[in-house]
Amino acid sequence: MAEEWVENLKKAIGREGKPSQIHIESSMIRSFIDAIEDPNPLWQDEEYARKTPFKGTVVPPMMLVTSMLSGGGTRPELPPILLTRVLDGGGEWEFFAPIRVGDTLTITTKLRNIRETEGKLGKMLLLFFETTHKNQRGEVVARSQGTQISY
Amino acid sequence: MSKQVYFNDVEAGSGIPALVKNPTTRQLVRWAGASGDFNEIHYDQDFARSTGLPGVIIHGRLKAAFLGQLMTNWAGAEGQLKKFSCSYKSMDAPGSPLTCKGKVARKYEKDGQGLVDCEIWIENAKGEKTTDGKATVMLPFRK
Repeated sequence: MAEEWVENLKKAIGREGKPSQIHIESSMIRSFIDAIEDPNPLWQDEEYARKTPFKGTVVPPMMLVTSMLSGGGTRPELPPILLTRVLDGGGEWEFFAPIRVGDTLTITTKLRNIRETEGKLGKMLLLFFETTHKNQRGEVVARSQGTQISY
Repeated sequence: MSKQVYFNDVEAGSGIPALVKNPTTRQLVRWAGASGDFNEIHYDQDFARSTGLPGVIIHGRLKAAFLGQLMTNWAGAEGQLKKFSCSYKSMDAPGSPLTCKGKVARKYEKDGQGLVDCEIWIENAKGEKTTDGKATVMLPFRK
């Protein structure tokens, strides 16, 4: 392809978005577990959770797959992408420490790489993002990789 | 919650109890709200069709969350989900059951923890694999 808009995007590799801060509230957990219908008491039953190695309720680690915590909402501003349709190309999440209600997460996402390719959707541009999630103590609680398919 | 699974009791090839989900359009709306993904292809039938899709489709990340639940159910109160990845091979529409499945690929010890790498996937009502991925869970040692 080697078109100008792709070259401009290549120059943005390594660019980091502005860190966003999200205060983890119990209503977010409630919305998440109700949406996916996950009744696990570790996420909501304090009395149950206190008796486990977690010593209290924890945020379901998979809540980090939500857009607001590791998706489009956190990405750096990029030059225009002329393939305007977007699909989620998958992702990878690594969880280092439990997150609790009341934590404040600072989320930073950078564009790690881009790749042009062709497939059943025609010409595609893959954008690889990496997101780092830190808590209020500066501990990295999770890291995630996400792929956006523009086609 | 079901009984705790221990590192000692699993081996390569061990199955993970399947989790069946019945996604509805209402669930997709709840997911949009919970996740912040308001792309119209997930709830606006006319819009979805205008992009060439047969109708609204399930958010990929909701399928990821389903597979995550498969693993956190299995890990139990004494286990922990350490790593998770998935990619979306084909699209799924609401109104039809999705079955989340998994099996142990290998187990090993690292830094004093028992870790289990698993292969995970989602089958649609026709038994076709629409989503697949990997997960690593820490399981406790049986005392």
